[in-house]
Amino acid sequence: MFGLGKKDVTLFLIVAVMALFAPFILNPFPTDSGLAQFNAGYPDLMQRFVIFGILAIGFNILFGLTGYLSFGHAAFLGVGSYAAVWMFKLLSMNVLPAIVLSMVVSGLFAVVIGYVSLRRSGIYFSILTLAFAQMSYNLAYSVLTPVTNGETGLQITLDDPRVLGQSATADGGIPVTNLFGLEMRSFETLDIGPWAFQFSVGYYVAAVIMLISFYLAIRIFRSPFGMTLRAIRSNQNRLYYTGLNARPYTLAAFVISGMYAGLAGGLLACMDPLAGAERMQWTASGEVVLMTILGGAGTLIGPVLGAGFIKYFENIFSKINDQVVHGWVSFLPDGLEDFVVALIHPFVGKGWHLTLGLMFMLIVIFLPGGLVEGGQRIARRLRRRPAEEPAKSASTEPAE
Amino acid sequence: MGILEVKDVNKRFGGLKALTDVNLSVTENTVHAIIGPNGAGKSTLLNCLVGKLIPDTGSVMFDGHSVLGRKPFEINQMGISRVFQTPEIFGDLTVMENMMIPLFARRDGAYRLHAFRSVASEAELRERAEAMLEDVNMLDKRNMHSASMSRGDKRRLEMAMCLVQEPRLLLLDEPTAGMARADTNNTIDLLKEIKAKRDITMAIIEHDMHVVFSLADRITVLAQGTPLVEDVPENIKGHPKVQEAYLGEHA
Amino acid sequence: MDAIILQILNGLDKGSAYALIALGLTLIFGTLGVVNFAHGALFMIGAFCAVTLNRLLTLSHQVVDETRTDFLGNPLKVDIPYVQDLFGEAAGATIIDWSVPLAILFSIPVMIVIGVVMERGLIKHFYKRPHADQILVTFGLAIVLQEIIKQLFGANPIPTPAPEVFRGSLDFGVMLGFDPNAIIYPYWRLVYFAFAAIIIGAVFAFLQFTTFGMVVRAGMADRETVGLLGINIDRRFTIMFGLAAAVAGLAGVMYAPINSPNYHMGMDFLVLSFVVVVVGGMGSLPGAVLAGFLLGILESFASMNEIKAILPGIDQIIIYLVAIIILLTRPRGLMGRKGVMED
Repeated sequence: MFGLGKKDVTLFLIVAVMALFAPFILNPFPTDSGLAQFNAGYPDLMQRFVIFGILAIGFNILFGLTGYLSFGHAAFLGVGSYAAVWMFKLLSMNVLPAIVLSMVVSGLFAVVIGYVSLRRSGIYFSILTLAFAQMSYNLAYSVLTPVTNGETGLQITLDDPRVLGQSATADGGIPVTNLFGLEMRSFETLDIGPWAFQFSVGYYVAAVIMLISFYLAIRIFRSPFGMTLRAIRSNQNRLYYTGLNARPYTLAAFVISGMYAGLAGGLLACMDPLAGAERMQWTASGEVVLMTILGGAGTLIGPVLGAGFIKYFENIFSKINDQVVHGWVSFLPDGLEDFVVALIHPFVGKGWHLTLGLMFMLIVIFLPGGLVEGGQRIARRLRRRPAEEPAKSASTEPAE
Repeated sequence: MGILEVKDVNKRFGGLKALTDVNLSVTENTVHAIIGPNGAGKSTLLNCLVGKLIPDTGSVMFDGHSVLGRKPFEINQMGISRVFQTPEIFGDLTVMENMMIPLFARRDGAYRLHAFRSVASEAELRERAEAMLEDVNMLDKRNMHSASMSRGDKRRLEMAMCLVQEPRLLLLDEPTAGMARADTNNTIDLLKEIKAKRDITMAIIEHDMHVVFSLADRITVLAQGTPLVEDVPENIKGHPKVQEAYLGEHA
Repeated sequence: MDAIILQILNGLDKGSAYALIALGLTLIFGTLGVVNFAHGALFMIGAFCAVTLNRLLTLSHQVVDETRTDFLGNPLKVDIPYVQDLFGEAAGATIIDWSVPLAILFSIPVMIVIGVVMERGLIKHFYKRPHADQILVTFGLAIVLQEIIKQLFGANPIPTPAPEVFRGSLDFGVMLGFDPNAIIYPYWRLVYFAFAAIIIGAVFAFLQFTTFGMVVRAGMADRETVGLLGINIDRRFTIMFGLAAAVAGLAGVMYAPINSPNYHMGMDFLVLSFVVVVVGGMGSLPGAVLAGFLLGILESFASMNEIKAILPGIDQIIIYLVAIIILLTRPRGLMGRKGVMED
């Protein structure tokens, strides 16, 4: 089906169902309950899940397949955002041209950076991409201020031309981003008993684009091109002597992955039409790496999981303050309660990055294959245990 | 006229003359061995054939076309496949995937791999890969992770990867170097099988006389960067010049 | 002319910091083969050693001073540092004033312990893992260290003054016969440069003239062979890691008065130091030092108004630009050996 194998179809359908029903799945707790703060089913956060999912899927095409570790992918994210906002300023508030332009611009950007950076491999490649990204970041803050609006960030204003749209709405406000009239920020709330589910246009636009991106990624993974990318990671020498030139394929992977990042940047701007240089900072690049590794580099579902995982915990952990923690452990005797709170305090709220860093280290140390590998290990263990008992029946059946 | 013609090739590295006036002709459907003691220039010669080195003077023609100045992947596309001293395979890939890549390279060329067509849909290429694996007795290992195999199996796989491309010339760079006697014999048997099953042109660079005499149709003896003699194996064995060159090693 | 001298001088202090960090990075890379993204964090911890010592020394208790009164006429409460109780008022004040130089003594054992613990506890397990994994785990560690410091000391920069005597500036121009105030250079930066030169000299002397250093150098050239000689290279490398950590820490301690320590200063320096290492040549110690100073000076030249007028923004990107050009034209860097980490 769709040119995919059976397993991939299942995988794709699972992701599709999860994405389409996310407003339900991510909202398991009634609105008034104490656990409502763990709900993630509101548009803003769900949009970030899928958009960063796109970013990680794209990064994985490069890093997961070829093993080239780019430390500058945030540059493409930033470029995509700027391109999209410019489209909103000059053309119209329709998101479609903005998304197209953000992909085109980041693609061109990736051709240049990739062409230069891919002349080196290993750590040199990482440093080169890092250097390019830092250069872009620094320039965005300084000389390129006419394009990027420097520290303030690029925003849409009332005097933007918007040749195909309107500079201002009838009541004098700044028009909002839309897809042929469907406003990104508009949403419907569905109340079922104590639950309130929100369905936002922006989220579904982003989710559909994510599903398309995911589908294309599966096709790439399963193609001769994808297989060759893995071969590049494995043994470039053999590849050269097998009649294939690694360079153009690696560059293609780099550009595709850069365009995914640009698309993600463009989508961020579609949901909230502003773009700032901090999106290009190298810590942002590090975050993409983290998402991919955490989920499982080189696997299809891993990056999506990783992106969701990190964005969820970032959101939830950073909202937990001492009062909340006190609420959890209030059953403990006072002294102990304070002690436990003091113990948890550094890891939550503003300390979220500490948790993130620790998580990162633990994953790299103990689970280099990421969450996917962790899941596989658990599955294997579960499968082995029941298999031990009916040893008799197993021996009578021929293997496979 | 041989399929591979090496004419008056010279190569120096600084003050060191690595190859001096090397002439060599490999005839189609024969196994041609190039032997010589350590430092005779065998590896340099091989590297000139596959595009890794460019000779200072002279010409290397393959099937009427010069290979000089071409990159290794271009030379492979001309029809020369190479087996390395230590097996070079795609360790992260399965045996079957290892076999598919050379097939794609041969069918689609160096630059035109499909990015959206599924590998699984390539039934015809898969059959060819399986037939080749069958030939080298590895079909049962097709789903194995290739890095986890024994060295002997890796050698077999590499050989199969080269052969499945149906090369017009197969170059082998000391295929038994560093192997135990038993492994060496296995490799010889494998090469003999390959030779028996199909028409193939091979050029073997080898240090081990035993390997050479059991395989080669013709032998070129290289010493100090220049060919001493070229003849059929029977005549090489007792040749005084050869004994001189090998004196101290195989005396 | 005076402007050029000024820029060279201005480049020296940043260059010194780059050189010191890059030196440690190179030592670790050359000996252990590990790409350490947490090295900037060590520099940052060094700077916070100075902050910590300063805080320890100024720990005070309140005393009611009967001789002075506040504006309501009540006796004034003054904070008396314990150090002043211990050593007398004047000596105590001097000790506090000199807290940054004193922090050198304080930081060496601290940094060595941190370095050794880091190597034994974490880095050791990554020798055989791919470089990407090393980068990732040390990057994670850097985040953790940085966040810990942030929680302990807050997010704002903490001014940490140099001793009183070094607080002024030297009118260098007059000494060279230029107009007064043409070349003004803060004393502390001179101290920093001299300090860096001493540390660099000491590291090189240590590697050049001691047996330990000889083994380490041999290990950098060919680890396996040295291992085969029956020399316990691993233990030496652990010590080497401690040493590299100490060098980074010292660089940080002395940098505290130049730039008030904040929790992200390590990351800021790390990226640039990596660029420095690559420009100098992976695994080359002289290369790291040379490139450190070169890039520091280059950066300060690029920030001259005359140059910015011709090439706007060049000061922001000069280091990266140089790195890109060097990497493309001479991948082994200025002084690197061929083949190091080329794949």
